[in-house]
Amino acid sequence: MRARVLIRPKAGILDPQGQTVERALPALGFHGVSDVHVGRLVELEVTDPSQLEAMCEQLLANPLIEDYDVEVPTQPRPPGAL
Amino acid sequence: MSAWRELGLTDDEYALIVGKLGREPNGVELAMFSLMWSEHCSYKHSKPLLRTLPTEGPRVVMGPGENAGAVDVGGGLSCAFKVESHNHPSAVEPFQGAATGVGGILRDIFAVGARPIAVLDSLRFGEPSSDRTRYLLEHAVAGIGHYGNSIGVANVGGEIYFEEPYEQNCLVNAMCLGLIETDALIRSAAAGVGNQLVLFGARTGRDGIGGASVLASAELGELDAGKRPTVQIGDPFEEKKLLECSLELLAAGLLVSLQDLGAAGLTSSASEMASKGEVGLDLDVRRVPLREADMEPFEIMVSESQERMLCVVEPDRVEAVLALCAKWEVNGTVIGEVTDSGRLRVLDEGAVVGDVPVGALVDDCPVYELEPAPPATPIYPAPTRTLEEGLDPAATLLALLGSANLASRRWAFQQYDWLVGSRTVRRPETCDAAVLVLDPTPPADPDAPRPGLAVSIDGNGRRVACDPYRGAVEAVVECSANLACAGAEPLGMTNCLNFGNPEKPHIAWQLTRAIAGLADACTAMGAPVVGGNVSLYNESGGGPIYPTPVVGMVGELPDARAAGQLGWAREGDAVAVVAAAGWAPALAGAELSKLRGLPLPSELPAAELGELHALHAAVRQGVRSGVMHSAHDVAEGGLAVALAECCLASGLGASVDLAPLAPHGEAGLFGEAPGAFVVSGAPETLAGLGAAATVVGLVGGVSLDVAGAFTLPVTELVRVHAAGLADLLP
Amino acid sequence: MKLGVVAFPGTCDDRDALDACARVGEAVPLWHADADLHGVDAVVVPGGFSYGDHLRVGAVARFSPVMAAVAAFARDGGPVLGICNGFQILCEAGLLPGALLPNVSLRFAMRQTTLEVLSQACDWTRPLTVGERLSIPAKHTSGRYFAPVETLRELDDGGQIVLRYVEDPLPNGSVADVAGVCNAAGNVLGLMPHPEHAVDELTGSADGLRLFAAVSAALA
Repeated sequence: MRARVLIRPKAGILDPQGQTVERALPALGFHGVSDVHVGRLVELEVTDPSQLEAMCEQLLANPLIEDYDVEVPTQPRPPGAL
Repeated sequence: MSAWRELGLTDDEYALIVGKLGREPNGVELAMFSLMWSEHCSYKHSKPLLRTLPTEGPRVVMGPGENAGAVDVGGGLSCAFKVESHNHPSAVEPFQGAATGVGGILRDIFAVGARPIAVLDSLRFGEPSSDRTRYLLEHAVAGIGHYGNSIGVANVGGEIYFEEPYEQNCLVNAMCLGLIETDALIRSAAAGVGNQLVLFGARTGRDGIGGASVLASAELGELDAGKRPTVQIGDPFEEKKLLECSLELLAAGLLVSLQDLGAAGLTSSASEMASKGEVGLDLDVRRVPLREADMEPFEIMVSESQERMLCVVEPDRVEAVLALCAKWEVNGTVIGEVTDSGRLRVLDEGAVVGDVPVGALVDDCPVYELEPAPPATPIYPAPTRTLEEGLDPAATLLALLGSANLASRRWAFQQYDWLVGSRTVRRPETCDAAVLVLDPTPPADPDAPRPGLAVSIDGNGRRVACDPYRGAVEAVVECSANLACAGAEPLGMTNCLNFGNPEKPHIAWQLTRAIAGLADACTAMGAPVVGGNVSLYNESGGGPIYPTPVVGMVGELPDARAAGQLGWAREGDAVAVVAAAGWAPALAGAELSKLRGLPLPSELPAAELGELHALHAAVRQGVRSGVMHSAHDVAEGGLAVALAECCLASGLGASVDLAPLAPHGEAGLFGEAPGAFVVSGAPETLAGLGAAATVVGLVGGVSLDVAGAFTLPVTELVRVHAAGLADLLP
Repeated sequence: MKLGVVAFPGTCDDRDALDACARVGEAVPLWHADADLHGVDAVVVPGGFSYGDHLRVGAVARFSPVMAAVAAFARDGGPVLGICNGFQILCEAGLLPGALLPNVSLRFAMRQTTLEVLSQACDWTRPLTVGERLSIPAKHTSGRYFAPVETLRELDDGGQIVLRYVEDPLPNGSVADVAGVCNAAGNVLGLMPHPEHAVDELTGSADGLRLFAAVSAALA
């Protein structure tokens, strides 16, 4: 099944990418934006989603500096869905 | 519109193709012809002129026509080098355009078997007051850094100029140098009927399809954003593996010939290899590893996906070649073989989908005679004025030092790794030329010399716009002067000719005059051309770019330990100006006149090339012998700026009186002309240098003091110089 | 005295590291796919962009066969030096505390840095003097050293913060200007600056050679 792992800087760790985006948005006329963080998305096809947690701890994220969320769809996706 | 016109071929060219084939070309064949007959691949507007450049010299071991040229640097080693443009891709997507420009020139160097040791870049943008310029600059510099830093090749120097005519057409030229044992140089000619054609490196995708004809050989129009998909994406990690794999394949003696894939992808590489070897090639596009399975044969043949190489291998060595590819985790695939047909046959799972004579693709593109005519009215408007007249010399000097063209380039080169390889003896802003030691491992005998080479890249387009012949001469002279300041003697040079549309008579005139200037200056300075690149059609709605021949020159230092430096060496040294007898700096066409918004003059001061050659030899000897503790060429901004730069590089002041020199006044301080150096050394030895040297003062103190003109603290010079570019790009 | 230099696909400072090692002993190239250290007495994990810096700097290299051997070697007290990407890998592998984050400037930054020696409690700096300064170039995009406050305190107390940037600190934003840290046992050192590029006055400085010489002398 298709799983998604969202990885982002741990709260409290300086995130210059997030800050850069946060500073750039008002310059483009987008106001009321705060607390921007830039992370990364790992999409993967897995047969045993129970292993995802371990994958994150060992490779996909560095738990010292990053938080992660694992998203596994409860229903199989219909063909063609994103 | 007919398909051939859409692909950039004229009706006459199409008729010629039909004649060569004896039938209408199919889609695959037409795509291949459109690329091979584009200016980028065929040089159809520049070939006759390029033939006038001197290409032979005692140290040339490989001249134009191969992936890169090479000169003998002694000790059984050769230096392979070349400069190439990636202008239009960088104007569309500066990060990837600049990055893949570096990637492409690196491949040219390791395609001849040399290990790349240094990269330099020559960049041109519009004025930095424009948002677009700052965007292009920031991303182009980041792209160059990203690629070179990741692959581990030192970026040792370069230049950046800002001028309005580059606003829509920025220039990104990259030069690479590599080292190789001379007898290991490999050529690209395919040979040996039955030998196998192996493609190795990255998978092939739809990158840059039509790049050579759509991007590189047509004027940029309004729809740049729509061209984004044709920009190639670079992956330095893949290239690093490809580099190591290629060098290991060559070291193991497994290859007959090697060629990189650049503009026009497989089409160009395969046909060039076949043409040079006077053989035919059969290749099957279905064997090519693809990123997208549904690619059409023509797409596979013209894809400009990066990080790929093509080699010819004897059948019994294929297995060993593929094993080395596997070791380096690069795809290696047999895609075809050498035939005696003299034809390039493209197969799709065995079925012939394209079949053309190699000669028709490579040699039969018509060559166009240019119709040069000097412009009746000036081509370029006067630059926008940014500096008032009537400022005193102190304020004028500070304005020049902080101006975009003269300010410190630290902002850029701090984003580059200028040391990897541990050969960099003179890093940026310490010497007029970069200096590299050939062997980073010191000899057992600590007193033995450490042979090195120096390299410089230069080309002031505004000066060429003023006077194409003398401006081009100045570019060559400037490089030679930079090498002299390092203590190096020219061995050879490469050039990249960045011009507008040569089908227009005034651009043809610029090109013709500039190449004549290059040819005369190369001959006089003893620097034959070993290779290069042409980038034409650099025009937009705003008009043509300044004609910009970028010259890269490589020179030899018998002992890199004696390399020159630009900054003053010690307090108490004498300062002298070493100049040609007829040196007559003028404000016309100078940086100061640009800041004042003055129109470009139609003529620059003449240069006596024979005299300059002798002058450079004298400076070179002064540096090598240690008589000159520092040496710096007087260039943009004139003598006052040159003196200031010696202070900037050392942190030391100086007191000078320029009265013994002519002319006086602003032209003497800020005027420009080739043929002068600021040097320092022990007072008694400098005084004995002869008529060319005029002792003008002493090194020392905390200020630059020019009698009757200004006294400025070095700290103030440093502040203004450092802020000029950095403040624009926080 | 054999010093091994590990190379991964994408490593680019291995040649310089081999050259530096060859000045103080016998330099032995080690390949990432190799699970054997060929009897070396010390290991250098050099800089570069192993595996293209994909996923996260150093994250993939740590799982290569050679790194299992390096980890075992380090646990047995063998001297290990991680430079730049090598430092990042050693942190990812848990052989050193902390992590390296993207520079605050978000740009690649190259400088000739001045480093202050803070500790001799490390095989690679033992003959050096606390307080002395070394001129060594640094170049990286992800050199912002991070460790939680309590970890930093332990490191400081244990003399594990070995080098810090002084004078013109890099725009990387390292906590407490940390440039290099060692493990508690003192045999594993990681630093962002590049001692292997500072082994010859001709190219700017020979101060980096002293780190290699320290281990070579101790093992001779």
